[in-house]
Formats: sequence, C-alpha cells, structure tokens
Amino acid sequence: MIELSRITKSFNSGKPNQFTAVDNVSLVINPAQITVFKGPSGSGKTSLLTMIGCMARPTSGRIFLRGVAAAVPFQQEGAESVEITSLPERFLNEIRRSTFGFIFQQFNLVKGISSLENVMLPAYPTGEGRALFRARALNLMEQFSISRLAGQQVELLSGGELQRVAIARALINNPAIIVADEPTAHLDSKLSQEFMEIAGRLKGEGKSVLIASHDPIVFDSPLVDSLIEMRDGAVDASRGRR
Amino acid sequence: MKNVQKAIERHLNILEFTLASLLRRKAKNLSLLAMYLLVVFMLASLQFFVTALKREAAIILDDAPDMVVQRLMAGRQDLVPGSYASEIALIKGVTAVRPRLWGYYYDALNGANYTIMASDDPTAVAERASIGSGIARSRNLAVGDLLPLISYDKNPIMLEIGTIFPSGSDLIAADLIMITPEDFHKLFNFPSGQATDLAVTVHNPKELPTVAAKVASQLPDSRPILKSEIMRTYQSIFDWRGGMTLVILTTSLLSFIIFAWDKATGLSAEERKEIGILKSIGWETSDVLLLKLWEGTVISLTAFLLGVVLAYWHVFFLSAPLFAQALKGWSVIYPRFQLIPVVDAYQLTILFFLTVVPYTTATVIPCWRAATIDPDAAMRY
Repeated sequence: MIELSRITKSFNSGKPNQFTAVDNVSLVINPAQITVFKGPSGSGKTSLLTMIGCMARPTSGRIFLRGVAAAVPFQQEGAESVEITSLPERFLNEIRRSTFGFIFQQFNLVKGISSLENVMLPAYPTGEGRALFRARALNLMEQFSISRLAGQQVELLSGGELQRVAIARALINNPAIIVADEPTAHLDSKLSQEFMEIAGRLKGEGKSVLIASHDPIVFDSPLVDSLIEMRDGAVDASRGRR
Repeated sequence: MKNVQKAIERHLNILEFTLASLLRRKAKNLSLLAMYLLVVFMLASLQFFVTALKREAAIILDDAPDMVVQRLMAGRQDLVPGSYASEIALIKGVTAVRPRLWGYYYDALNGANYTIMASDDPTAVAERASIGSGIARSRNLAVGDLLPLISYDKNPIMLEIGTIFPSGSDLIAADLIMITPEDFHKLFNFPSGQATDLAVTVHNPKELPTVAAKVASQLPDSRPILKSEIMRTYQSIFDWRGGMTLVILTTSLLSFIIFAWDKATGLSAEERKEIGILKSIGWETSDVLLLKLWEGTVISLTAFLLGVVLAYWHVFFLSAPLFAQALKGWSVIYPRFQLIPVVDAYQLTILFFLTVVPYTTATVIPCWRAATIDPDAAMRY
C-alpha cells in the first residue's frame, strides 16, 4: 500500500514564477490493483507519479510505502512501512531500482543498442550476475512474445514492439509497483487495449500498476480498480472501482 | 565478501555496457582513437628513441678515455706538443697518457665529412684502413677495395680497406676512417712530435677532478675534458634534439588536445537524454559517472597501449625512420644501427599521466552536471 499525506510540489519556490504542480494531495493506493490518475495536461498526474516513484521529492508532505517494504534492503526489522520523502538520495535510488518499474510516454529506450540490452539496462548497476538477469530478460521477452527481437536495435522496432520492450524493461528487477506515464499516448486503439491487457496480467501477478492517462481506453477499462481524477494539482474526485 | 563480488559484478556490467555504448558511435570514437593513437605513438617513439640513443652513447663512451687534454691557442684548439704527455704522465694517479691523432676529411665525391683517426695498434699496416659502415655504404666499398684520399698537396693516397666496423658501433663510427700514424702524417702534413689531443687514464676515478685541476695548473694553455663532461654533453645534445622534435610535434599535439577536448567535453543532446533515461530507470549518479569513466578509460588506455607498442616496434624494429634524420645528427652519412630496446618506466608513467588521465577527466567532468539532473527529467522528454 502507498499512502500520500498532504503532498505538495512547487517549482521555483519563492520566485515570481512559482508554480504549484501538486497541491495538498492525500490518498491511499491499494496494492495489487490498477490505479489510474486521470486528468488533462498540467493537472499534476506526472508530478505525483514522479514523487511516488522516488524520482523527485515533494515540497511538503510525506509518502509511506507499506507492504512492499521487503524490497527495501536497509529497512529496520519489524517496521511495517518506510517513509520515503526523508530518505537520502542513495536510499531513494535503491528503492526506485528494486521497488518500481517505469514505463514512459516516449518509452525512453536507448538507441543503438539491442532490445535485450535495453531490457537489461536497469539491472546493470545492481551488482547481480549478468547471466542471471540476462536469463530473466530473455524470459520476459518470451512472455511478451518479443524474444525474436532480442538482438535487434530498438530504432528498427514498431510502436507495439517498442511498448513491449519498455514493459519488459520495467519488469527486469521484479518490482512490486509499475508506474506508467501516458503509456498509450503514442499507440493506436488496438495496441492501447493490448497494453491494458498486459497491465491486467501484471495485476494478476500481484503487482500494483499506477497509470497516468487521459486516454478513455485506459480509464474506462474494466480492469481499472481505482480512478483518481486530478485537476490543477489537486484530486478532483476519487472513486474506487472493482 | 558478497559486497566485493557485487561491486565487481557492477563494474563488469557497466564496463560491458560501455563497450556496447562505444560501438554505437563508431565513427566518432574510431576517429578519436586514431588521433589519440597517433599522438601517443609519436610521443612514445620520441621518448624511446632519445632514451635509447642516450644509452647507446653512454655504452660507447664507456670505452672512451677518462680524460682528454686539449691545448688552446687564442681560444681555439691547437696541436699538443709531445712534452705535455710526459709532463702529465708524471702527475700522481695518472696511469697512462696516449697522444691521439685525428682530424676531419671532406670527401667532395659525396659531400661528406669523414673523421680520420690514427690507430694505436702497432700491427696496423700502412696504406690499409678500417672504415665505418656508413662510408662503406655511401662509397659502395667492401673489404679489399681501394679508397683514394686526396692529401694536403692534392696527391692521392690509395688505402686498401682492411676492416669495416660492425654496424653496432655505427652511431659513433659510421663516418670513421682509421689509418696508421704515418699515413695520417702524410695525408695532412701533420707535424711530427705533436698530437691532436691526449687521452689520459687515471687509476682512481674519484681523483679525476684533482688530476684535471693539476693539469690545468701545470699547463695553463691546456683544457682537460672529463669523460663525465662528454657524457653530459651527449645527453644534453640528444635531449635538445628531442626537445626540438617535440616543439615541431607540438602543433599536432595542440590540435589533438583541442579535438579531444571538444569530443570529450561536448555532450550531445542525445547523450544528455540518455543520461536522463539511465537515471530514471534506477542508475545512480555514481553509476553514470562510472560509465563515463570507463568510456574515457577504454579509449585512452587502448590508444596509450597500442601507441606504446607501435612506437616500440617503430623504434626498436624499424630503427625509427620517422625521427632518425632529426635525432641522430646532421650529416651526409647517417649511422644505421639497431637500437637496443630500453624502456624508461618513469618516462612512460609521465606519458601515461599526460595522456590517459587528462582525457579521462575531460570525459567525466561534463557528465557530472548531466548526471546530477533529477531522474524525473526523463519523464518529461
């Protein structure tokens, strides 16, 4: 479970161009569910996801990770949750690497290297043996029916193939939480549907999937458990769906 | 132990990604490597060559007399009377004094200057000469051939070639002709009872400065020169020649520095984006810097090692055709010889620190800024 308590994120604090992207948001995200953050551009969805995913710190407020704490190596024995906003950068990185998998709007794959290398990329600095994570990457590619593309450079792949490589990459370190920012923005309806099916599969495997999107295929999907609507940095309405 | 293994795995993994990453920008990296290699090759060749020459000269000078005594007249070298030799021989500590006869001969046929020396060997035969292999080459002579020299009064003296010095001693003997003292006198009309200079042997090398001081005081118009001084002169001549060549190389060196600096420090938009992606998928700033460090190290170390190996081959197997003319001396007859391989670890270390370290640093520093960006920047590309 992820708990957000009075989260605010401001940019250019104290300057005339100060801008508040997320304004006093408190909410609870349940594990092993698909949670969609819906809202127009500039509503604060991406900013909220970056803070949950330990990529940025809130200006104020606190974020707790519960239940997924087993993946945090330095956690004190017996502690039920970890409060991530006050952690030093090194620990945040460690949590981001072990607990979160990211799927970006533009997929953000590294050009010039093979699909397999792209999938393995998040595992390189973990200190795990290459043979181990290579086998895992090949297995993931097999699951997403892209193993034939393992040796191919990513610039030669189609949109759907790119998406699957990006998903496989997000899963390489076996994270408990998948964060996807506008994952269907560059996909046609069929591929968007396919993405939601994959998200459903991941949920079935016990992973929490957080998606920021304003695509109806995503937020109207019956697979979505929780829909959080955002506007002007604040939660507009929150309704659970099961 | 587990942590050490993890750290090693991390390095190996990142190194592997570095190699894959370098292969992506083949043209850029290969051109950089080629330039880098050329510079290391030139500098290492120069260094190997000068060091080997200095050592060669030192080995040859090992057989030189401890002290040479010349006589000066109006600030110029003059002939030494035989009486000087007997006077010096009486100084305590002096074991032998040998008057030497030598001079220069201009050969109009090939425009070269030869060094003519009278031999000490009592078995030396008149009108028979030992010559350096440089002369043999340029005049196309073999043992048994005749070498005509024109005497002071324009009469030819026919010398039969008895020996050709081995090319091992070429650096100093390439242009040398050794003849009997009688032939020497005949060739130059050299006054008898006089010598060009005196070779003095001293029993205890520590006494050399004292003996030299005594010679200078007893024979005020004499100039004693110690072997150590000759050695020092040779060393500085080779150093100076090396320095001159280095000055000429500086232009190319500077071009390389500008080129390398531009390539190493200029982070393209694509590289910046890539760093952002790596950060967003869980790479730490230190991981990104390690990647860049490996990138710089792979290029510079490869260039350094290849450059040094090629330079070794160029100098010690091919006798440095690129530098020989500039470094061996100014002469029509150039010595031809195989240098004895000698590698100065100290100088190589300096070369390493002057090439590998600045380049690697230049690669890492600009990435520092890019690597410290917030990982969420990648979310906004």
